[in-house]
Amino acid sequence: MKAGIVRFPGSNCDEDAYRAVVDILGQDAVYLWHKDHDLQGADLIILPGGFSYGDYLRAGAIARFSPIMREVVAFARRGGPILAICNGFQIACEAGLLPGALLRNASLRFVSAPVHLRVESIGTRFTSQYHVDQVLRVPIAHGDGRYTADADTLERLEGEGHVVFRYVDAHGAPTLDANPNGSQRNIAGIVNAAGNVLGMMPHPERAMERALGSTDGIALFSSVFDSLLSGVPA
Amino acid sequence: MTRFRVAIHIVPRRGILDPQGKAVTDALHSLGFSHVGDVRVGRFLVVDVEAASADAARSAAKDMCDKLLANPVTEDYEIAAVEQT
Repeated sequence: MKAGIVRFPGSNCDEDAYRAVVDILGQDAVYLWHKDHDLQGADLIILPGGFSYGDYLRAGAIARFSPIMREVVAFARRGGPILAICNGFQIACEAGLLPGALLRNASLRFVSAPVHLRVESIGTRFTSQYHVDQVLRVPIAHGDGRYTADADTLERLEGEGHVVFRYVDAHGAPTLDANPNGSQRNIAGIVNAAGNVLGMMPHPERAMERALGSTDGIALFSSVFDSLLSGVPA
Repeated sequence: MTRFRVAIHIVPRRGILDPQGKAVTDALHSLGFSHVGDVRVGRFLVVDVEAASADAARSAAKDMCDKLLANPVTEDYEIAAVEQT
């Protein structure tokens, strides 16, 4: 199985994602240049972290109009799995693949730190190898990660089990102190209604090796690759 | 076609936490501007555009806001001025 990792001008977690897929998972990966129109037969698209187009105007707002995004959106509409991490999450929201928006951190500070996440849903193709309420340790590194949506959207996300990860303390409680950016309801990651697009601010691709301080991201990558190998429909 | 200069204000929607606005409000209070209630920090764009009329320029600017310049989830915009240049 092959992951296509999109490279925008300003992407900087593309190589981390490549290493996660190729070196840790033993799967194939290919970089997809933002000006290309060809997904090169990728089975999974990764929108990596970074600062595409310098985050000008709003994070993700310009990247959304990259030529490759037309193909990525079509791939998503066909049910293809998309893992959108950090800046990728911002781009996916701007592109309308996911509801809501990521705004400036409430603290007005860029936060680079390990955080605890609670797994809220294992019914997605990205999280089947976790267990419910499992607490993960995964790093974040962003200045615009405050998840915001209108009240109806939040109710729908919660009601339909589309909130996948929540910021929690070490004991799994979604406290105010455990919320690093002021996200509504401590939301750290969501899936779309069809379940094939996951957006998350934390970096699972940086939690793949003991030397990096955590291996809690491995189950996410192996969940989605196993879903591809077993032909799970989106 | 005539050249127009369109001024656009984009601000965080009321009810959505604006931490920049909050920081500015707090700073103004600490300077003694105690009568300041609320500040929201947004963006001001000046767009030069060719159009058949001022109305057409305004309409084009609204289209730009809807498609790119403002985030429909979190921001409101206002076409503040349209001037022939």
